[in-house]
Amino acid sequence: MRSSLLLASLLASPFLLGAGPGVERPIPAGSYLPFYPARAPLGKAQPEAPRKAVAVGAFRLDVRPVTNREYLAFVKANPEWRRSEIGRVFADGSYLKHWRADLSLRSRAEGDKPVTRVSWFAAAAYCRARGKELPTTDQWEYALDDGGHRAERMKDEILAWYSRPNDKVLEAVGRKPANGYGIQDLHALIWEWTLDFNSEMSGSEARSDGTKDENLFCGAGSLNARDPSDYAKFMRYQFRGSLHADYTTGNLGFRCAREETK
Amino acid sequence: MLNPNLMTKTSIAWAVSSTILCLSAWSASDNENLERKIEGQENAILADAPNVPPPITRRHATKVIVNLEVKEVEGRLADGVRYTFWTFGGKVPGKFIRIREGDLVEFHLNNHPDNKMPHNIDLHAVTGQGGGAGASLTAPGHSSVFSFKALNPGLYVYHCATAPVAMHIANGMYGMILVEPADGLPKVDHEYYVMQGDFYTKGPNGQQGLQPFSMEKAIQERPEYVVFNGSVGALAGDGALTAKPGETVRLFVGNGGPNLTSSFHVIGEIFDQVWAEGNTSHVTQNVQTTLIPPGGAAITQFGLNVPATYILVDHALTRAFNKGALGMLKVTGPENKNIYSGKVSDEVYMPEGTNIRVTEQAAKAAPSAKTKIERVERGKNVFTANCMACHQGNGQGIPNAFPPLAASDFLNADKARAIKTVTGGLQGAVTVNGKTFNGVMPAWTLSDEEIANVLTYIYNSWGNSGKEVTPADVKANRAAKSKSAAGAQE
Repeated sequence: MRSSLLLASLLASPFLLGAGPGVERPIPAGSYLPFYPARAPLGKAQPEAPRKAVAVGAFRLDVRPVTNREYLAFVKANPEWRRSEIGRVFADGSYLKHWRADLSLRSRAEGDKPVTRVSWFAAAAYCRARGKELPTTDQWEYALDDGGHRAERMKDEILAWYSRPNDKVLEAVGRKPANGYGIQDLHALIWEWTLDFNSEMSGSEARSDGTKDENLFCGAGSLNARDPSDYAKFMRYQFRGSLHADYTTGNLGFRCAREETK
Repeated sequence: MLNPNLMTKTSIAWAVSSTILCLSAWSASDNENLERKIEGQENAILADAPNVPPPITRRHATKVIVNLEVKEVEGRLADGVRYTFWTFGGKVPGKFIRIREGDLVEFHLNNHPDNKMPHNIDLHAVTGQGGGAGASLTAPGHSSVFSFKALNPGLYVYHCATAPVAMHIANGMYGMILVEPADGLPKVDHEYYVMQGDFYTKGPNGQQGLQPFSMEKAIQERPEYVVFNGSVGALAGDGALTAKPGETVRLFVGNGGPNLTSSFHVIGEIFDQVWAEGNTSHVTQNVQTTLIPPGGAAITQFGLNVPATYILVDHALTRAFNKGALGMLKVTGPENKNIYSGKVSDEVYMPEGTNIRVTEQAAKAAPSAKTKIERVERGKNVFTANCMACHQGNGQGIPNAFPPLAASDFLNADKARAIKTVTGGLQGAVTVNGKTFNGVMPAWTLSDEEIANVLTYIYNSWGNSGKEVTPADVKANRAAKSKSAAGAQE
C-alpha cells in the first residue's frame, strides 16, 4: 500500500530528477555586487561608491516558482486567502482572476503553471504557511547571479524575454534547464515577488521619506546603477519599484526561501 | 514661398498675424497662467498620427481629463519586419494631446493588464518632478493619476521615463502634447502630426521576421531604422499626407529619438514659418531645414503653390535613403507654371571645361606638319585623345549610337561638311552608310592645325578617300561659332 502510494506520486511527477512541489536547493553563502545600493535608513547619508559587495548567508531556495495547483491547496486550507474572501487591503481586484472559481482552475494544465495575480501579502502568507519566507531581493538576485556563470548570455536571454510581450499562455514551471545552483525559471517565465521588493530605491513609488534623490526616471535612473548597460536588471528593479504590496499582475508570481538551518 | 504676388489669402492673414505675434508673443507669463480661472471640465480628444485633434476654440482655461493607455504590441516596422512596440495608445508615435495654456490637466496613465513592463510618463509640458514621471510609475494592470497646470505654451514631447529609459523610448514610447497659446494658433487648412524615431533591431535593416531590440546598437547609437510615425513608409502610399495648391499646411514635428537629431526638411518646399524648438512665442521665416533634437519639436508651416509630391526627410540623407526617414505630402491640383515650370526640355550638356583643356593643349602644340604623312601621324594622336571614345579605334563607331568613320559616305562626300561637323558639332538625324543616327556630336574646340591633322588621319584610314585637309581648309570652312565654342576660341 505504501509502495503504491510512492509509485503514484512518482508517476504524478513529470520530472525524474526534478523536484516536486516546494522542493528546495541549498544556496551556499557568498557575496555579490548589488545593482543598486540598499536605501540608507532614514536620516542616514547614502553610502558612497565604490559599492561594497553584499554578503548573502547560506539559504535554501525553491527550485521552481509556486504553481497554481500548489497555491490552490493553500487557499483550500486557508479560506481567508480565497478570491472571494480576501480583504481588498491585501490584494487588488485582479487577484487570482484567471481561476475559474474560488477553488477551481480553468484546466488541468493550469495546475503546472506558475501562480500569478497574487499580491505580496498573499505570497508572503503562502511561504509562512510552509515555514518559509519570500526570498529577499539580495537572495533572489544572488541566486540569479549564479556565481557570475554565463553572465553575458544570461543578460541577453533575460533582455530578450523582457522585450517580448507577455506570452498569451504561460508555460509550465520546470521546463527550462536549471542554473548552477539547481534553480529553475528565475527568468524568462514570470516576474517574482521578493520580501523587500521595494527597498532598493524609491523609484517613482513616491513616499516622502526624504531620500528621493535616486529617482529612477529618465537618465537619472543610471546614476546609481552598477552597470548602466545592463538593461535587463534595470527592468527588473524598475518593475519591483512599480509595485505596491496589494498589487497583482498577470505575470507576477513567487517562490519561497528559508535560512539554512544550522 | 513668400513672394507677395503669389500669396494666398490665408498666407497674407498669417503673415500679418505672425508680425503681430512676433511683437506681442503668443505666450502669457507663468504667473498669468497660474492665476487663470479654471472653468468647467472636459475630456481631451486624442488623435493618432498623422492626425491632430481640432484646434481649441474656447477662450478660457478649463480642467482637461486625459486618459492614456500604455500597450505593448507587436506591429510592422518595415515590410516583413515585425517589432514589439511599447506605445502610448497602441501606436507609434503616441496619441497627440491638445490643451490650452492655463488648463489644469488631470492625467490618467493606464498600464494595460496584458503588459509585461511597468511604465510612466514624462511630459515636457509639465513643471514638476520628472515631468510627471515622479507620480506615474505604473505596474501592469494599474493606473496612475496626477494633475498639472499648463504654465508654458508650446509644442512638447512626452515619453516614458522608466529605466532603462532609452529602451522604452527606442521601443516607441513617445508622443506630443500641444499647449496652445491663449490666443490660439493662426488658422490653416491642414494640421498634421509627424514624429521621428530611431529603432535598434538585432537583425540588420531589412532582415525579415520579428526583430528583438538590440541593447548594443542602442548604446552605440547605431540604429537600423530611422522612421517617421513608427514604421518605414508610414507616410507614403495610402499614408501620405495630402493637400491642394493654395492651401496652408502646418506640421507638428517631433523627435522621439532616443538618440538622433533630425535635420527635418521637406523636399520642394520652403517653410514659410518655423516655430523652432516648439516655441510658440518666436517665429522664423523662410527656413529650408530645421533641427529637431531628441525630446524636441518644431512647428513648420507653409503655403502650397503648386502640385507635387513633397518628400519629408531627415536631411542626414542616408537615414532617408537607407533607413526609412521618408514621408510624402501629395499635393494635387492645377499647375502654376509661373512658379514651377516642370521640365521644359531635355538637352545634352556640353561643358566648357573640355574646351579649356583642349585649348591649353593647342597652345603648346607642335609646329605644323610639313607633310601629309606627318599630318596623319599627328592626327592619330588627336583622334585618340578626342574621337576614339565614341567612334572607336577602328573607326567603326557603335551601332545605333555613334556613326562609323570607316569607309564613311558621309565623310567622303564632303570635306567642307566634315570640317563644319568637327568645328560646329552635329545634332539631329544623320544617315551614314545607309544607317540613321540621331545623336549629338559636340563642337570641338581644336586648332585649325589639329583639326586638319585629325581629319587627314581619318581620310587616310579605314578605307576612306585619302584626302588631305590643311589648316587653311579648316579656317575657310569653320562653322559659325556656336555658343559653346565661342569662349575658348578667342
